[in-house]
Amino acid sequence: MSETQAVKKERPLSPHLQVYKPQLTSFTSILHRACGIALSAGLLLIVCWLVAAASGKEAYNALYEFVSGPIGTFMLFGWSAALYYHLCNGIRHFFWDFGLLFKIENAYRAGYAVFAVAALLTFATWYCALSFAPEMSVPYIEETISIVIEEGAAE
Amino acid sequence: MKLKWDKSGMKTPLARARGLGAAGHGSDHWMAQRITAFANVPLVIWFVYSLVSLKGADYVSFTTWLAEPVNAILAILFIISNFYHAALGLQVVIEDYIHCEVMKTVKLVVMKLVLFGLGTAAIFSILKIAL
Repeated sequence: MSETQAVKKERPLSPHLQVYKPQLTSFTSILHRACGIALSAGLLLIVCWLVAAASGKEAYNALYEFVSGPIGTFMLFGWSAALYYHLCNGIRHFFWDFGLLFKIENAYRAGYAVFAVAALLTFATWYCALSFAPEMSVPYIEETISIVIEEGAAE
Repeated sequence: MKLKWDKSGMKTPLARARGLGAAGHGSDHWMAQRITAFANVPLVIWFVYSLVSLKGADYVSFTTWLAEPVNAILAILFIISNFYHAALGLQVVIEDYIHCEVMKTVKLVVMKLVLFGLGTAAIFSILKIAL
């Protein structure tokens, strides 16, 4: 028992970091998890948004201001990229569940396809979001109108 | 603290293994993860489409949108399926990376309770706006 432990201790550690070649398959797997965890945090933002809307106009406007600000927009962008990656790689996992794409080169091809499609979907979503002119116009407009009306009434 | 599955105890392997987990229905977690993932695909596409089209929506237009039965129902389904999927996924992450049995159990319980609470808050909010 102690002899085998001694032998084990003398063995070199794996992976050898100096000569380590990263694999796409392990990288996509780790990223899938990381994105899953990030998306769980994103769910928190969705809950905040719904609770704010349920608690009233002030809370909703405060959250809207945060989300449409630079930090909020950055978070939304990260959320969308993580979402599309997790979605596409999840579909890759479905193929594996059905016993497909198990050959290394196919797993790699599908991995590159996941990155390409996720990037494309993220780009397309933000292109739509940024070029989309909202029908309802900016928030607060209703508030502004009501203030103007009140002022008009006061005069 | 000495736990049931401690190897140093005077218990037989069978006694240590009893009550610790599934025998015969261990694939439940795997299946549930796949089913919620499958359900999440259309729900998430609907959600992102809605978010983009709700850009710039003020309080009134947002609550009016969410009060539509179709949107409220899809939003509740989105919350249930997503939270279920998140709980299953985070469970695996905790089980994989936390090796202290006590901390693992504590974190699993806390994670599940927190997600359950958040999901309930979200569903209540949707219903409050919609009804």
